[in-house]
Amino acid sequence: MSVGWWVTGFGVIFLFLGSLGVYRMPDVYNRLQAGTKCTTLGAFCTILGVGILQPSWFWTCLIIAVFVLLTNPISSHALGRASCLSGVSLCEKTKVNQSEDFCKEEEDDS
Amino acid sequence: MIGTIYLVIIGLGVVLCVLRMMRGPTAPDRAVALDTAVTVTTALLVLIGFVLNRYVYLDVSLVYAVLTFVGSVAIARYLEGGIP
Repeated sequence: MSVGWWVTGFGVIFLFLGSLGVYRMPDVYNRLQAGTKCTTLGAFCTILGVGILQPSWFWTCLIIAVFVLLTNPISSHALGRASCLSGVSLCEKTKVNQSEDFCKEEEDDS
Repeated sequence: MIGTIYLVIIGLGVVLCVLRMMRGPTAPDRAVALDTAVTVTTALLVLIGFVLNRYVYLDVSLVYAVLTFVGSVAIARYLEGGIP
């Protein structure tokens, strides 16, 4: 197996673990964290591994990978803010909630 | 052979996301599951293009990534209660 297969396999494992986290985690925010961090690294490594395996496709693969790397945190941030503002409660095991004041202030303004 | 195994593993990931999208108790749950499934599908399309040796899947993947980013942000703004 060459280097490209190893990089692709690393990314594939992370993609599967991220999806498993989305299915298993108890809370919207935990699911968001698992689903965003794991899939960002997983998609980056998978696409770059395909670019290493097929060198004539490398630059297109790099463009797609950098685009995923830039836009995935932005959309997850927007989704987390939306779920905080729409009043989704945290799971029962939560000890500290530092975003409580933020949500209340935003609701008062609007 | 290895590529096919990788495709099956990523396909299982998409199935898990769709299951969460069906079970999710609130609307943000479904939006998060959709966002994850979209990112997984972007990588899946690139890998399908490599296994089938078709370059056009890379263009499909790029356009899919751009459009679904806009879609996720639009869904998030809608869940917040509209653009102020």
